[in-house]
Amino acid sequence: MTGRRSGRPLVPAYLSTGGVARPANTELERLSLLTGGTGTAPDGLPAARHALFDVLDGGTLTLVEAAALLELPVSAVRVLAAELAEQGLVSLRAPVPQAALPAPDLLKRVADGLRALKQ
Amino acid sequence: MASAPSSNDTDSGVGLHLPDTTRELVKILVAGPFGVGKTTLIDSVSEIRPLHTEEHLTEASVSVDDLAGVRDKTTTTVAIDFGRISLDAGIVLYLFGTPGQERFRSLWADIAHGALGALVLVDTRRIDDSFDVLGLVEESGLPYAVALNTFPDARSYTADQLRGSLDLEPGTPMVVCDARDTNSSIDALLSLVQHLIAGHAEGAGPQYGDPVTW
Repeated sequence: MTGRRSGRPLVPAYLSTGGVARPANTELERLSLLTGGTGTAPDGLPAARHALFDVLDGGTLTLVEAAALLELPVSAVRVLAAELAEQGLVSLRAPVPQAALPAPDLLKRVADGLRALKQ
Repeated sequence: MASAPSSNDTDSGVGLHLPDTTRELVKILVAGPFGVGKTTLIDSVSEIRPLHTEEHLTEASVSVDDLAGVRDKTTTTVAIDFGRISLDAGIVLYLFGTPGQERFRSLWADIAHGALGALVLVDTRRIDDSFDVLGLVEESGLPYAVALNTFPDARSYTADQLRGSLDLEPGTPMVVCDARDTNSSIDALLSLVQHLIAGHAEGAGPQYGDPVTW
Protein backbone atom coordinates (compact mmCIF):
# COMPACT_ATOMS: atom_id res chain seq x y z
CA MET A 1 0.00 0.00 0.00
CA THR A 2 2.97 2.27 -0.47
CA GLY A 3 4.22 4.20 -3.44
CA ARG A 4 1.11 6.20 -4.13
CA ARG A 5 1.49 8.23 -7.23
CA SER A 6 2.05 11.91 -7.18
CA GLY A 7 0.48 14.28 -9.65
CA ARG A 8 -2.56 13.77 -11.82
CA PRO A 9 -3.18 10.83 -14.10
CA LEU A 10 -2.58 11.27 -17.78
CA VAL A 11 -6.22 10.78 -18.61
CA PRO A 12 -8.94 11.17 -15.99
CA ALA A 13 -10.70 7.86 -15.47
CA TYR A 14 -14.12 9.29 -16.19
CA LEU A 15 -12.97 10.59 -19.57
CA SER A 16 -10.68 7.77 -20.60
CA THR A 17 -13.25 5.46 -22.11
CA GLY A 18 -15.43 8.06 -23.80
CA GLY A 19 -18.32 7.14 -21.54
CA VAL A 20 -18.24 3.40 -22.14
CA ALA A 21 -18.51 1.59 -18.83
CA ARG A 22 -18.30 -2.02 -19.93
CA PRO A 23 -15.96 -3.64 -22.41
CA ALA A 24 -17.50 -5.71 -25.18
CA ASN A 25 -15.02 -8.41 -24.28
CA THR A 26 -15.64 -9.21 -20.62
CA GLU A 27 -13.07 -11.97 -20.46
CA LEU A 28 -10.12 -9.61 -20.16
CA GLU A 29 -8.43 -10.09 -16.83
CA ARG A 30 -5.51 -8.48 -15.05
CA LEU A 31 -2.94 -10.80 -16.56
CA SER A 32 -4.35 -10.84 -20.09
CA LEU A 33 -1.54 -10.13 -22.51
CA LEU A 34 -1.81 -7.08 -24.74
CA THR A 35 0.50 -6.87 -27.73
CA GLY A 36 0.61 -3.59 -29.57
CA GLY A 37 0.68 -3.25 -33.32
CA THR A 38 3.77 -1.87 -34.95
CA GLY A 39 3.94 1.48 -36.65
CA THR A 40 2.17 4.63 -35.67
CA ALA A 41 -1.33 4.99 -34.34
CA PRO A 42 -3.94 6.01 -36.92
CA ASP A 43 -4.99 9.65 -37.04
CA GLY A 44 -7.94 10.54 -34.90
CA LEU A 45 -7.46 7.78 -32.36
CA PRO A 46 -8.98 9.01 -29.07
CA ALA A 47 -6.37 10.16 -26.57
CA ALA A 48 -6.75 7.34 -24.04
CA ARG A 49 -6.60 4.63 -26.70
CA HIS A 50 -3.62 6.42 -28.20
CA ALA A 51 -1.89 6.41 -24.80
CA LEU A 52 -2.42 2.66 -24.44
CA PHE A 53 -1.16 2.05 -27.98
CA ASP A 54 1.92 4.14 -27.19
CA VAL A 55 2.70 2.47 -23.89
CA LEU A 56 2.62 -0.94 -25.59
CA ASP A 57 5.04 0.42 -28.18
CA GLY A 58 4.75 -2.68 -30.34
CA GLY A 59 5.60 -4.96 -27.41
CA THR A 60 3.67 -6.99 -24.88
CA LEU A 61 2.43 -5.99 -21.41
CA THR A 62 -0.18 -7.42 -19.12
CA LEU A 63 -3.36 -5.42 -18.77
CA VAL A 64 -2.55 -4.58 -15.15
CA GLU A 65 0.92 -3.33 -16.07
CA ALA A 66 -0.54 -1.08 -18.75
CA ALA A 67 -3.06 0.23 -16.21
CA ALA A 68 -0.31 0.97 -13.69
CA LEU A 69 1.82 2.77 -16.28
CA LEU A 70 -1.10 4.82 -17.59
CA GLU A 71 -2.38 5.49 -14.06
CA LEU A 72 -5.82 4.35 -15.09
CA PRO A 73 -8.15 1.91 -13.34
CA VAL A 74 -7.97 -1.69 -14.54
CA SER A 75 -11.62 -1.45 -15.56
CA ALA A 76 -10.91 1.47 -17.88
CA VAL A 77 -7.99 -0.29 -19.54
CA ARG A 78 -10.20 -3.34 -20.10
CA VAL A 79 -12.47 -1.11 -22.18
CA LEU A 80 -9.61 0.54 -24.06
CA ALA A 81 -7.90 -2.77 -24.83
CA ALA A 82 -11.11 -4.31 -26.13
CA GLU A 83 -11.67 -1.29 -28.38
CA LEU A 84 -8.12 -1.37 -29.74
CA ALA A 85 -8.46 -5.10 -30.35
CA GLU A 86 -11.65 -4.51 -32.33
CA GLN A 87 -9.74 -2.01 -34.43
CA GLY A 88 -6.99 -4.57 -35.00
CA LEU A 89 -4.42 -2.37 -33.26
CA VAL A 90 -3.82 -4.68 -30.29
CA SER A 91 -3.86 -8.44 -30.06
CA LEU A 92 -5.07 -10.17 -26.89
CA ARG A 93 -4.02 -13.42 -25.29
CA ALA A 94 -5.15 -15.26 -22.19
CA PRO A 95 -2.53 -15.59 -19.43
CA VAL A 96 -2.45 -19.38 -19.46
CA PRO A 97 -3.30 -21.60 -22.44
CA GLN A 98 -6.37 -23.71 -21.70
CA ALA A 99 -4.39 -26.87 -22.36
CA ALA A 100 -2.20 -26.09 -19.33
CA LEU A 101 -5.15 -26.21 -16.87
CA PRO A 102 -5.53 -27.89 -14.48
CA ALA A 103 -1.87 -27.92 -14.02
CA PRO A 104 0.10 -30.11 -11.65
CA ASP A 105 2.94 -29.85 -14.14
CA LEU A 106 2.64 -26.06 -14.19
CA LEU A 107 2.80 -25.96 -10.37
CA LYS A 108 5.90 -28.15 -10.36
CA ARG A 109 7.56 -25.83 -12.86
CA VAL A 110 6.66 -22.82 -10.70
CA ALA A 111 8.25 -24.55 -7.69
CA ASP A 112 11.37 -25.44 -9.67
CA GLY A 113 11.60 -21.89 -10.97
CA LEU A 114 11.35 -20.42 -7.46
CA ARG A 115 14.01 -22.79 -6.13
CA ALA A 116 16.32 -21.71 -8.95
CA LEU A 117 16.03 -18.10 -7.77
CA LYS A 118 17.37 -18.77 -4.30
CA GLN A 119 20.77 -17.25 -3.69
CA MET B 1 -2.87 13.96 -23.27
CA ALA B 2 -2.00 11.65 -26.13
CA SER B 3 1.57 10.91 -25.23
CA ALA B 4 2.77 8.00 -23.17
CA PRO B 5 4.21 8.67 -19.73
CA SER B 6 7.75 9.82 -20.11
CA SER B 7 8.84 10.99 -16.66
CA ASN B 8 11.67 8.48 -16.60
CA ASP B 9 12.61 5.10 -17.96
CA THR B 10 11.15 3.05 -15.15
CA ASP B 11 7.76 4.65 -15.68
CA SER B 12 7.55 3.91 -19.39
CA GLY B 13 6.73 0.59 -20.94
CA VAL B 14 10.31 0.22 -22.07
CA GLY B 15 12.08 -2.38 -19.96
CA LEU B 16 8.81 -3.75 -18.68
CA HIS B 17 7.82 -5.45 -21.91
CA LEU B 18 7.46 -9.18 -21.59
CA PRO B 19 9.82 -11.30 -23.68
CA ASP B 20 8.44 -13.21 -26.65
CA THR B 21 9.29 -16.42 -24.82
CA THR B 22 6.56 -15.75 -22.23
CA ARG B 23 4.22 -18.72 -22.30
CA GLU B 24 2.28 -18.77 -19.06
CA LEU B 25 1.43 -16.04 -16.59
CA VAL B 26 0.39 -17.11 -13.14
CA LYS B 27 -0.69 -15.19 -10.09
CA ILE B 28 -0.34 -15.59 -6.35
CA LEU B 29 -2.00 -13.24 -3.89
CA VAL B 30 0.05 -11.89 -1.01
CA ALA B 31 -2.74 -11.11 1.40
CA GLY B 32 -2.84 -9.44 4.76
CA PRO B 33 -3.84 -6.36 6.71
CA PHE B 34 -2.27 -2.95 6.15
CA GLY B 35 1.29 -2.69 7.41
CA VAL B 36 1.96 -6.41 7.63
CA GLY B 37 4.70 -6.32 4.99
CA LYS B 38 2.98 -7.35 1.75
CA THR B 39 4.80 -4.83 -0.40
CA THR B 40 8.07 -5.57 1.40
CA LEU B 41 7.75 -9.24 0.52
CA ILE B 42 6.79 -8.50 -3.08
CA ASP B 43 9.70 -6.06 -3.42
CA SER B 44 12.15 -8.62 -2.01
CA VAL B 45 11.48 -11.06 -4.87
CA SER B 46 10.14 -8.92 -7.73
CA GLU B 47 12.34 -8.28 -10.76
CA ILE B 48 10.61 -4.94 -11.30
CA ARG B 49 10.05 -2.15 -8.83
CA PRO B 50 6.55 -2.96 -7.58
CA LEU B 51 3.87 -1.13 -9.54
CA HIS B 52 0.40 -0.29 -8.34
CA THR B 53 -3.05 0.34 -9.67
CA GLU B 54 -5.58 2.61 -8.00
CA GLU B 55 -8.78 0.68 -7.47
CA HIS B 56 -12.12 2.32 -6.81
CA LEU B 57 -13.88 0.27 -4.22
CA THR B 58 -17.23 0.96 -5.81
CA GLU B 59 -15.95 0.46 -9.33
CA ALA B 60 -18.08 -2.58 -10.07
CA SER B 61 -21.33 -0.77 -9.43
CA VAL B 62 -20.68 2.73 -10.72
CA SER B 63 -20.78 3.56 -14.42
CA VAL B 64 -18.35 5.97 -15.99
CA ASP B 65 -21.17 8.45 -16.56
CA ASP B 66 -21.98 8.35 -12.87
CA LEU B 67 -18.36 8.95 -12.02
CA ALA B 68 -18.34 12.05 -14.19
CA GLY B 69 -21.10 13.47 -12.03
CA VAL B 70 -19.46 12.70 -8.72
CA ARG B 71 -15.86 13.39 -9.53
CA ASP B 72 -15.65 16.23 -7.07
CA LYS B 73 -16.76 13.99 -4.26
CA THR B 74 -14.37 11.85 -2.31
CA THR B 75 -14.08 8.42 -3.84
CA THR B 76 -12.59 5.62 -1.81
CA THR B 77 -9.63 4.15 -3.61
CA VAL B 78 -7.00 1.69 -2.58
CA ALA B 79 -3.61 1.12 -4.18
CA ILE B 80 -2.97 -2.49 -5.13
CA ASP B 81 0.75 -3.22 -5.41
CA PHE B 82 2.08 -5.95 -7.61
CA GLY B 83 5.41 -7.32 -8.75
CA ARG B 84 6.58 -10.02 -11.07
CA ILE B 85 9.20 -12.77 -11.27
CA SER B 86 10.29 -14.43 -14.51
CA LEU B 87 10.84 -18.11 -13.88
CA ASP B 88 12.42 -20.70 -16.16
CA ALA B 89 10.52 -22.18 -19.07
CA GLY B 90 8.57 -19.07 -19.98
CA ILE B 91 6.54 -18.79 -16.77
CA VAL B 92 6.04 -15.33 -15.30
CA LEU B 93 4.75 -15.22 -11.73
CA TYR B 94 2.84 -12.14 -10.57
CA LEU B 95 2.41 -11.32 -6.91
CA PHE B 96 -0.53 -9.11 -5.95
CA GLY B 97 -0.60 -7.45 -2.54
CA THR B 98 -4.19 -7.81 -1.48
CA PRO B 99 -5.63 -5.99 1.53
CA GLY B 100 -7.69 -8.10 3.84
CA GLN B 101 -10.45 -5.90 5.16
CA GLU B 102 -14.01 -6.99 4.72
CA ARG B 103 -14.81 -3.81 2.77
CA PHE B 104 -12.53 -5.00 -0.03
CA ARG B 105 -14.70 -8.04 -0.70
CA SER B 106 -15.69 -7.10 -4.27
CA LEU B 107 -12.11 -6.24 -5.16
CA TRP B 108 -10.98 -9.60 -3.78
CA ALA B 109 -13.13 -11.56 -6.16
CA ASP B 110 -11.67 -9.68 -9.10
CA ILE B 111 -8.04 -9.98 -8.06
CA ALA B 112 -8.39 -13.62 -6.94
CA HIS B 113 -9.81 -14.66 -10.31
CA GLY B 114 -7.45 -17.21 -11.80
CA ALA B 115 -4.96 -17.09 -8.90
CA LEU B 116 -3.05 -20.24 -7.99
CA GLY B 117 -3.38 -19.52 -4.29
CA ALA B 118 -2.71 -17.01 -1.54
CA LEU B 119 0.14 -16.44 0.87
CA VAL B 120 -1.42 -14.86 3.96
CA LEU B 121 1.01 -12.67 5.87
CA VAL B 122 0.40 -12.43 9.61
CA ASP B 123 1.96 -10.05 12.13
CA THR B 124 2.02 -11.95 15.43
CA ARG B 125 1.75 -8.66 17.34
CA ARG B 126 -1.63 -8.07 15.72
CA ILE B 127 -3.15 -11.46 15.15
CA ASP B 128 -6.70 -10.14 15.32
CA ASP B 129 -6.04 -8.00 12.24
CA SER B 130 -5.69 -11.18 10.18
CA PHE B 131 -9.10 -12.66 10.92
CA ASP B 132 -10.83 -10.72 8.13
CA VAL B 133 -8.31 -11.75 5.50
CA LEU B 134 -8.46 -15.40 6.51
CA GLY B 135 -12.24 -15.21 6.24
CA LEU B 136 -12.04 -13.70 2.75
CA VAL B 137 -9.47 -16.18 1.49
CA GLU B 138 -11.45 -19.14 2.77
CA GLU B 139 -14.60 -17.74 1.23
CA SER B 140 -12.84 -17.33 -2.12
CA GLY B 141 -11.93 -21.03 -2.10
CA LEU B 142 -8.29 -20.24 -2.82
CA PRO B 143 -5.81 -22.63 -1.23
CA TYR B 144 -3.45 -20.76 1.05
CA ALA B 145 -0.43 -20.90 3.30
CA VAL B 146 0.30 -18.65 6.28
CA ALA B 147 3.59 -16.80 6.64
CA LEU B 148 4.38 -15.20 9.98
CA ASN B 149 6.32 -12.06 9.19
CA THR B 150 8.87 -11.63 11.93
CA PHE B 151 9.16 -8.39 13.81
CA PRO B 152 11.83 -7.96 16.49
CA ASP B 153 9.48 -6.84 19.24
CA ALA B 154 6.96 -9.64 18.78
CA ARG B 155 6.48 -11.92 21.75
CA SER B 156 6.92 -15.56 20.98
CA TYR B 157 4.09 -18.03 20.73
CA THR B 158 4.20 -21.73 20.09
CA ALA B 159 3.10 -22.94 16.68
CA ASP B 160 0.13 -24.63 18.32
CA GLN B 161 -0.95 -21.42 20.02
CA LEU B 162 -0.80 -19.54 16.72
CA ARG B 163 -2.61 -22.27 14.79
CA GLY B 164 -5.29 -22.22 17.44
CA SER B 165 -5.61 -18.43 17.38
CA LEU B 166 -5.82 -18.36 13.59
CA ASP B 167 -8.08 -21.44 13.51
CA LEU B 168 -5.97 -23.12 10.82
CA GLU B 169 -6.73 -26.53 9.38
CA PRO B 170 -4.03 -29.11 10.23
CA GLY B 171 -2.96 -29.30 6.56
CA THR B 172 -2.49 -25.55 6.11
CA PRO B 173 1.21 -24.69 5.99
CA MET B 174 2.43 -22.10 8.50
CA VAL B 175 5.98 -20.81 8.14
CA VAL B 176 8.07 -18.05 9.66
CA CYS B 177 9.28 -15.47 7.18
CA ASP B 178 11.35 -12.31 7.05
CA ALA B 179 9.64 -10.39 4.28
CA ARG B 180 12.74 -8.23 3.74
CA ASP B 181 14.84 -11.26 2.86
CA THR B 182 14.66 -12.62 -0.69
CA ASN B 183 15.39 -16.24 0.19
CA SER B 184 13.00 -16.18 3.12
CA SER B 185 10.23 -14.76 0.92
CA ILE B 186 10.92 -17.39 -1.75
CA ASP B 187 10.75 -20.11 0.90
CA ALA B 188 7.37 -18.83 2.04
CA LEU B 189 6.11 -18.86 -1.57
CA LEU B 190 7.53 -22.35 -2.01
CA SER B 191 5.63 -23.60 1.04
CA LEU B 192 2.45 -22.42 -0.66
CA VAL B 193 3.30 -23.95 -4.03
CA GLN B 194 4.22 -27.28 -2.39
CA HIS B 195 0.85 -27.17 -0.64
CA LEU B 196 -0.84 -26.63 -4.02
CA ILE B 197 1.04 -29.56 -5.53
CA ALA B 198 0.08 -31.77 -2.58
CA GLY B 199 -3.53 -30.67 -2.99
CA HIS B 200 -3.43 -31.80 -6.61
CA ALA B 201 -2.05 -35.16 -5.60
CA GLU B 202 -4.99 -35.59 -3.23
CA GLY B 203 -7.43 -34.71 -5.98
CA ALA B 204 -8.55 -31.54 -4.25
CA GLY B 205 -6.75 -29.23 -6.60
CA PRO B 206 -6.67 -25.47 -6.37
CA GLN B 207 -9.36 -23.52 -8.09
CA TYR B 208 -8.39 -21.57 -11.14
CA GLY B 209 -11.56 -19.61 -11.61
CA ASP B 210 -13.66 -19.71 -14.72
CA PRO B 211 -12.02 -20.77 -17.97
CA VAL B 212 -11.00 -18.01 -20.30
CA THR B 213 -12.63 -18.68 -23.61
CA TRP B 214 -11.54 -16.04 -26.05
